[in-house]
Amino acid sequence: MDLILFYFLILGFAVLMYVLLDGFDLGIGILYPWFDREGERDHLMRSISHVWDGNETWLVFGGVVLFAAFPAAYAGILSTFYLPIILMLFALIFRGVAFEYRFKAHRSRPYWDLAFSAGSATAAFCQGLILGSIVQGVNADQISEASWYWLSPFAILTGFSVMAGYALLGASYLYMKSRSRIQQHAAHLAKRLLVIVMLAMLTVSLWTVLSSDNIRTRWFDGLNFLYLSPLPIVSCLLAFLAWRGFNNNAHEARPFWFVTGIFALGFAGLVVSLFPYLIPNQLTIWDAAAPDSSLKFLLVGILIFIPLILAYTFWGYRVFAGKVEDYQEGY
Amino acid sequence: MELDTALLSRLQFAFTVSFHIIFPSITIGLATLIAIWEGLWLKTHDPRYLQLAKFWIKPFAITFGMGVVSGIVLSYEFGTNFSKFSDIVGPVLGPLMAYEVLTAFFLEAGFLGVMLFGWQRVGRKLHFFATVTVAVGTWISAFWIIVANSWMQTPQGYTIVDGQFHVASWFEVIFNPSMPYRLSHMLLASLITATFVVAGVCAYYLLKKQHVAFAKKGLSMTMWIALILTPLQAYIGDHHGLNVKQYQPTKLAAMEGIWPAEEERVPLLLFAMPNMETESNDFELGIPSLGSLILTHSFDGAVQGLKAVPPEDRPNVPLVFWSFRVMVGLGFGMIALAFIALWLRKRSTLFENKPFLAALALFTPSGVISVLAGWYVVEVGRQPWLVYNLVRTSDVVSPLPAERVLFTLIGFVVIYTLLLGVYLYFMRKLIKKGPPSMAHLEQQLIGMKAPGYALAWVKNLKHEEGEK
Repeated sequence: MDLILFYFLILGFAVLMYVLLDGFDLGIGILYPWFDREGERDHLMRSISHVWDGNETWLVFGGVVLFAAFPAAYAGILSTFYLPIILMLFALIFRGVAFEYRFKAHRSRPYWDLAFSAGSATAAFCQGLILGSIVQGVNADQISEASWYWLSPFAILTGFSVMAGYALLGASYLYMKSRSRIQQHAAHLAKRLLVIVMLAMLTVSLWTVLSSDNIRTRWFDGLNFLYLSPLPIVSCLLAFLAWRGFNNNAHEARPFWFVTGIFALGFAGLVVSLFPYLIPNQLTIWDAAAPDSSLKFLLVGILIFIPLILAYTFWGYRVFAGKVEDYQEGY
Repeated sequence: MELDTALLSRLQFAFTVSFHIIFPSITIGLATLIAIWEGLWLKTHDPRYLQLAKFWIKPFAITFGMGVVSGIVLSYEFGTNFSKFSDIVGPVLGPLMAYEVLTAFFLEAGFLGVMLFGWQRVGRKLHFFATVTVAVGTWISAFWIIVANSWMQTPQGYTIVDGQFHVASWFEVIFNPSMPYRLSHMLLASLITATFVVAGVCAYYLLKKQHVAFAKKGLSMTMWIALILTPLQAYIGDHHGLNVKQYQPTKLAAMEGIWPAEEERVPLLLFAMPNMETESNDFELGIPSLGSLILTHSFDGAVQGLKAVPPEDRPNVPLVFWSFRVMVGLGFGMIALAFIALWLRKRSTLFENKPFLAALALFTPSGVISVLAGWYVVEVGRQPWLVYNLVRTSDVVSPLPAERVLFTLIGFVVIYTLLLGVYLYFMRKLIKKGPPSMAHLEQQLIGMKAPGYALAWVKNLKHEEGEK
């Protein structure tokens, strides 16, 4: 297989893993203000305190794969989105340290609560902002380090959409990991978020199809829509199943997997729209690719270590399987 | 004043990387110590070892967390602030950093959860395995990042195609000439840093007469470690210096404050104010020929000075000169403390000698400060180059509007200052709280299904504690 195409898939895989994994733990941060009874926030934090670090590592991995395999895109995207990226990093710092300090704090606990929830929400919003701007694309001469185009109405819409999406993932995770009131409350929030997320996906899809010729051609040229129609159809089906799952807690884990499926399909739709560009109309994966010597060298590591990483990550989740209430206090 | 994007970007990178290195330099060593304690506990079941491991795992956790959040920033900052650099060296540095993530970051993150929260959820041996894995992960991480940095200091194994660095030999890139020295110097530095942090806290407890048995165990052990590692570090540092002399003579000249294009019988400067305008040192005080002896192992050996290269190719000399002296000075201080400890141990007053304990407590952050100073020598000494003699820093900065960089720089300064304050506050809180009591350990051991005699030993010590 074409090595460059392989790296495009690896990059996509890294981003998707990040969105799903850090998605649910950022989502829990976003939902934080809706849980304020005694002990509920402890519960939320404890449900993810053993995994957030590993989840965020996928963000670093995505970054370095971009750096290693597509250095021109790493350079162009990161410097163009300078402010939203640095803002996202600031936000991730606040929410990250909140995990360490909140449990050890007494008087300052409200500040760590704020750092955690505002940090999570801001990080999610910035990611949506960057995503939206990349999808939207602009003419080459408009993209520069000095432009503000990432602050367009469309990008702001995707910013809020990503926030809602992460919150949905977080709610379904909580639904799986909790009992009684927290679980019911998570289901209640999840159903509302499910509606919001489906509407947001519809709006974003229509907006891109109407505003971008390339994306319109990609989806509607010839029989393309026929081939691509499973993406939206299966998404709607999964949304329906997730809705039913939230109403019936006989299968507490299922809705999480349905929501994960919706995300994966949405992401696939995004890849379909963008391919083969890393920056629309500007930089294709072939233009941006690193030389073969670099791609081959890293290939060995990816083939050996990604399966290992997936195995021990899975094991780590297994060790902490079950409800949060059953964890014993750790260190 | 005209704002300069290049200067602001450099300041921001210097600030964020300086802040970051504080934490890994502690955690690499501390993870190793915790793994050793946990291993010793598994072998001997002496509760003091478990107490040491259980106590230090908390400072380790917050230090590690600080390292993670400040490290993520760095992996993105190459692209945000040095976009041209990222583009032209991406094919070399990108895969090295990707290997760091694949072989170290995921490993650490994957086993950290079990190490911190899994005492009761996995078997004792599996828990020990998780701790060792986290420690090994920190070492692997250090390996890759040192490889990347060393390549920027002593680049080889590349060809330049259309202005971009392509790799001709990965073996040459990874095993570049300065890597083995820098790696061993940095790993030892981390071990020593953690050793002195632990020793300093133990000394503090002994001074305050708190947790005495616990502190004695920790102090005794760390002073043995220091006795072995600190002289070894001086030896390796010396060889690292010779390597710098061979491959980066200008940096070495800045470290020693040597100006003439070539000088024989170089003095060892104890004090000087290097002056970049006059190209000489003010207030110079040195020992004749000793510099030559150290650098060339001969009294009249010749050393290349700063004037061998034009002014625009020289680093900031006073900064490099003084950072080097801070590092070496603290290093000798640590060696001295390790030998004093040996002497006091022979006289059986190691745990009572107040001036020594006070000095040790004062030296708690000495490792961190030396590491920072050492990295200033390395990084400032490489300037004005990003890749030594090949890529000039000022040529590869992202063309960002300066006010945006100023805005984020201020943001970093405010946030990191706040975080450092919070970090120190919580470290102090953990130290004040002290190690877990034997009664607490007893509860934990029951949860861990530890063997009967391990439990009996803890109960014994619990009663001793109770009698006091």
